Amino acid sequence: MTKWDILWNHREMILEGFKNTLILFIVSAVAAFLLSSLIVLTIRTGRGPFGRVIRIVVDGMRMLPFLIYAYILYYGLPSLGIRFDAWTAGFIALITYHAAYFAEILRGTWATLSTGQAEAARAHGFTTFKMYRRIILPQLVLRAAPVLGNQLIICLKDTAFLSIITVRELTAAASAVQSQYFIPFEAFIVAIGLYWVTSMSIEALVARVGFVAESKGLGYKRDTVRR
Amino acid sequence: MDTNAIPFAVEVRNVSKSFAGIEVLRDVSLNVAHGQTVSVLGPSGSGKSTLLRCINWLEEPDRGEIFIAGVRIGVRADGKTHMADRDLAQMRARIGMVFQSFNLWPHLSVVENVTEAPIHVLGIAKDEAVDRAEKLLEKVGIGEKRNAYPYMLSGGQKQRVGIARALAMNPEVILFDEPTSALDPELVGEVLAVMRALAEEGMTMVVVSHEMDFARSVSDEIVFIDQGSVVERQSPEDFFDRPQTARARQFLSRYA
Repeated sequence: MTKWDILWNHREMILEGFKNTLILFIVSAVAAFLLSSLIVLTIRTGRGPFGRVIRIVVDGMRMLPFLIYAYILYYGLPSLGIRFDAWTAGFIALITYHAAYFAEILRGTWATLSTGQAEAARAHGFTTFKMYRRIILPQLVLRAAPVLGNQLIICLKDTAFLSIITVRELTAAASAVQSQYFIPFEAFIVAIGLYWVTSMSIEALVARVGFVAESKGLGYKRDTVRR
Repeated sequence: MDTNAIPFAVEVRNVSKSFAGIEVLRDVSLNVAHGQTVSVLGPSGSGKSTLLRCINWLEEPDRGEIFIAGVRIGVRADGKTHMADRDLAQMRARIGMVFQSFNLWPHLSVVENVTEAPIHVLGIAKDEAVDRAEKLLEKVGIGEKRNAYPYMLSGGQKQRVGIARALAMNPEVILFDEPTSALDPELVGEVLAVMRALAEEGMTMVVVSHEMDFARSVSDEIVFIDQGSVVERQSPEDFFDRPQTARARQFLSRYA
């Protein structure tokens, strides 16, 4: 029996881990994006100190190493009497951490939009929220697609950290197989392959969004320096 | 004043506005009757655009009151607190605006620019909104560009989309904020022609511009503003041929 046969025999375990990785990634990415959208709207249009407080929280979050953040949520908070199961802690960590990064991307991109577009929306009777959803946010996504895609890939790879707080995702599954049979190279190559395939799918999605942006004159190619 | 009279489309009462301690508008009043075209003229920096932007509350006046078809904008019925976002939006939906820099929404096609607010603000069915948008685009002479995106258009075409976008809301009044100032000279005419046609159809319009020929031939009334105050309010003939003040004469001499 070769090392690859051992892996093949444990394919269900690895696929189960891969499935969990995909669930963690997709749910967290979608939730983080929605959360970041609201954060940015609050920062940009909120009255009073609320927006500033959120800004500080976002900045603080971005400066935290993700692994320590996940550690604290799962192993640290119980000492304060707050106890999450591994999946809940994992979701909270991924969603809030990446929401902070998404928010920074969206906020920065919003700063590049002309203020006149928002004025035109207001003048045509859009409420703040509807203006954001219909006029601002679609443009932020179109314009920031490459950077958002980059962040999505980082989000995917951060799911691997959750193996350390006992979530049975892909890295944990590969790690379990390799430690039982001592086939680290083969087990992790398979894991890398699956992360790679998923990243390629994300990139394909980003390319599609970029194509749409290009057709509307919002593309990135248009911004490159022409010789 | 006859209390049963139809209210003015726009009534500006004693509006003042300062930016960073500099008074941009000083006790300005202005009435626009339904179907009238009023041109607001004055030197650069005289407060014309600020006045226009106060009418739909893009700028909030420090003092004074503004009524749209008899309804006060920006302030609740108690006369003190800010209108809720939703109520202000509803009032703005009745006031069209055309901008100097067009401000089309670049991620939407031409026809989508025109249907966006009717569908998502007024709640008009999509088919109906598209139908209407196509008629309006024909009317402003760019029906063939319906599926283009704003970046593909010339300035004059963009501004005509801007006018169609405002018209699609069936507004009480349309505010034109220097609609031709960002255009190449050869493109000014096509925009003015559309505006002239609207005025002749009886659209209520407040126009800030530097197009003197247009102001003279299309306006029902000229309001001349200098240093934040209304200096003259005249019929176009009187204003251009018999200006009453030295400031107006000086202003007009630069366009002679």
